[in-house]
Amino acid sequence: MSMIDTLSHTAGARRELIAFRIGDQEFCVDIMQVREIRGWTACTPLPRTPSYMKGVINLRGAVLPIVDLGARLGLATTEPTARHVIMVVSVGGRTLGLLVEAVSDIINMSDDMVQPTPDVACDQVKTFVKGLFAIDGRMVSLISLDRVLPETEAEAA
Amino acid sequence: MDPFESIKQTFFQECDELLTDAEQGLLAMEAGDADGETINAVFRAVHSVKGGAGAFGLEDLIRFAHVFETVMDDLRSGKMELTDEVAKTLLRAIDVLADHVAAARDGGAVDEGRSAPILSEMKALIGGEGLDDDDLGGDEDFGFVPMTVAIEGDDAPAFDPPALDESPAAFEPMADLAAEPASGARVWRIGFAPKSEMYAKANESGLVLRELARLGEMDVKLDADALPPLDQLSAETAYLHWTVLLTTEADEATIREVFEFVEDDCVLTIEPADGQASPPPPSSDLSDDALAAASADAPLDIAALLARVAGEAPTSEAAREPASAPEPPADLDVAALIAKAQAPIAPAAPKVEAAPVAKAAPPAGSSQAITPTATIRVDLDRVDRLINAVGELVIQQAMLSQQVMESGLARSSNVALGLEDLELLTREIQDSVMAIRAQPVKSVFQRMPRLAREVADMTGKRVKLVMEGEGTEVDKTVIERLTDPITHMLRNAIDHGLEDPEGRIAAGKPAEGVVRLRALHRGGRIVIELQDDGRGINRPRVRGIAVERGLISEDAVLSDEEIDNLIFQPGFSTAETISDISGRGVGMDVVRRSIQGLGGRITISSEPGKGSKFTMSLPLTLAVLDGMVVTAAEQTLVAPLSAIIESLTPRAEDVHFVGGKDAVIRIRETFVPLIDVGVALGFRETALPPGQGVAVLVESEGGGKAALLVEAIQGQRQVVIKSLEANYQQIDGIAAATILGDGRVALILDVDALVTTQHRRKPAPRAEKRMAG
Repeated sequence: MSMIDTLSHTAGARRELIAFRIGDQEFCVDIMQVREIRGWTACTPLPRTPSYMKGVINLRGAVLPIVDLGARLGLATTEPTARHVIMVVSVGGRTLGLLVEAVSDIINMSDDMVQPTPDVACDQVKTFVKGLFAIDGRMVSLISLDRVLPETEAEAA
Repeated sequence: MDPFESIKQTFFQECDELLTDAEQGLLAMEAGDADGETINAVFRAVHSVKGGAGAFGLEDLIRFAHVFETVMDDLRSGKMELTDEVAKTLLRAIDVLADHVAAARDGGAVDEGRSAPILSEMKALIGGEGLDDDDLGGDEDFGFVPMTVAIEGDDAPAFDPPALDESPAAFEPMADLAAEPASGARVWRIGFAPKSEMYAKANESGLVLRELARLGEMDVKLDADALPPLDQLSAETAYLHWTVLLTTEADEATIREVFEFVEDDCVLTIEPADGQASPPPPSSDLSDDALAAASADAPLDIAALLARVAGEAPTSEAAREPASAPEPPADLDVAALIAKAQAPIAPAAPKVEAAPVAKAAPPAGSSQAITPTATIRVDLDRVDRLINAVGELVIQQAMLSQQVMESGLARSSNVALGLEDLELLTREIQDSVMAIRAQPVKSVFQRMPRLAREVADMTGKRVKLVMEGEGTEVDKTVIERLTDPITHMLRNAIDHGLEDPEGRIAAGKPAEGVVRLRALHRGGRIVIELQDDGRGINRPRVRGIAVERGLISEDAVLSDEEIDNLIFQPGFSTAETISDISGRGVGMDVVRRSIQGLGGRITISSEPGKGSKFTMSLPLTLAVLDGMVVTAAEQTLVAPLSAIIESLTPRAEDVHFVGGKDAVIRIRETFVPLIDVGVALGFRETALPPGQGVAVLVESEGGGKAALLVEAIQGQRQVVIKSLEANYQQIDGIAAATILGDGRVALILDVDALVTTQHRRKPAPRAEKRMAG
């Protein structure tokens, strides 16, 4: 236990990320946030929710909301097939599922590799993309999941 | 948490239990079916509250409890007669005592206007004998005070043995020792000097002495001469010796038996002391419960000492060190105190046993106290986790069964048979787990006598509250939400239902009104009835108000029952009618709302001049729900059965449109809104054409009716309620979710929200605004 602690401390900025694809773009989130990855199963749609809310599924007895991450990021709406996957992530004490096309890689990187999001991006992207970095000639966007659910809007209303 | 804070919390928890016990004893005394043991039990409860309060220095509480205790003491010694008046005073006093406890816990102050009169009333009962407040300092419970003086200094505090010597009055002779020596009893002098090894083996002198006390009446003297100054104190050494004068019928062997486990680790002398001419001098200012004090107060003293040290002399390292590691007897006593505090059932037991023995002359055999059922306290979260897990198990098991059936295995195959057993087992586990959270409604009911007394006092009425079925069990989540509606209804019953004493006599009834509160199980639900023998509902008046407020039209034909139920209408009652109305109806819509929020129903039946009866019927748990599974816009949805009145197939000619596209349906002679669930939830744009689908007639919490149009009804099912908010958020029109046998999530409709949304354009009663807000 203590050894692991020491390691993560000395490594400091180093961390592992899970990279995944939506359309032709590649994104990643911190691996510590990902609980499990599972195949797509049909959702029960929720009434009166934004279009990126796919609905809810049963995850071993818990009701798990599913977010179409592509639609949430302002890309195209995903038409899920059996090959799509759901990444189960925990965000702020809640558990939710992110619908993505495929999980592509586990990346080991350090924080100094991340470049700030350039100014070209629109607001919606900036809300979620914390930074960019290059790996093996690919560009990967680091995603913040804090505002994936529409709750801040709902709470304000 | 600060360990003292946690001991204190436990003390308050214990107080609640003690006060409840005391109140029940007092109620029995009032009803006239109390024996000596009941009075003793009340005395001990109050004494324990006082003792604990002493340890924490809760002065107001001590003062009040002390007077209370003295009254009880006079009662049990026969000095005072138990009259109806005394019982009533004590009942009010226990309410104030509860207030004192609450004030001590929450840091408030008790209303002197309430406390002082009762205090003087009680003092009048006992003739004010020796109850000046100054007296308290010398009371046997507060022997710790001198000790704190000795240790408070910042400069190398000396643990002053003389101070200790003077202080514990508890160790002085008991008042009534040898006053009535039991026949054939002998007096023994027992010298008991534990060695350090005894404590090292986790024995405790206090327990040994307590055991000794069962043999007869005893007088304990502490010899603390060997106690060195605090800075020389070794935490591992035993310093304290005791000399016990025991009056008992037991022989030496029996006495020696008490010391069986410690005999090798102490210096023990047992000799007859019969030759002694004079019995130990009686001490007049002592409560004769000194025995309980001797065993219980020593730990409290230490606790108080530690509390003081921790709180007041934190700068002195020298003071803190010995305090946190006191010499062995103290350490063990504190351990005993903590153990006592943490095991709520056991704690009272030693005292319960010891006290009567001290009083009753025949020493043997009477120590058989009530053995309470063994219970444990468990964090509610853990139980909830278990319940969730079992809920999942049930679903998983149902899915598995369904899949096995679909796979075409024969019913007689081993797999199918095994699954059947599994199903039985699963159900049994589920029932057992639910039973863990089930609690008797007693916890709600027990607050009601006090409320009844208070409301009766305020309204100048006389009332007798009769409660039945307090042991009826229901899920904890339901219990928590029962208090408000019952409180509300009870208040109403006394305030508006019962006549004043003169009015009752004029009506040929006894001056004292009777309110019955009853709980029972019926058909998998809990039913709570509240019945009064008051004047009943004044129907012409209710009708008049309803017309006035536009709830019904002037020429509406209503049955008596329908009129009675008008009082549940939101907007029926308003503030200015409260004192006006000769019936009830104050905030009954609120009661109804909270009952329906629990998936229950409330009805009233009333007979003019004879009284009214409210009947609430509630589900036993909020974890499962009886639902009707329906299909709307290809989605499977669940409607709570409690809201459903009936379902019917609408004929096209019964469906009419009001204005643009607001449909109504004619059901018998009334028109109710027809709500297409698929459209209302935004699953589709256009409603089903008239004449198609199934209409489910529902009643919202506000009492409004509506027909929900769905495509089909799949059937009734009990479903496990799953929160949507846990991982997502609330959705308008959806109450919660559940998981069906096929493993898919189905949404549970919020009937009230659906109906209310539809009504939004109507002149909204306040209640609906509250719903929306």
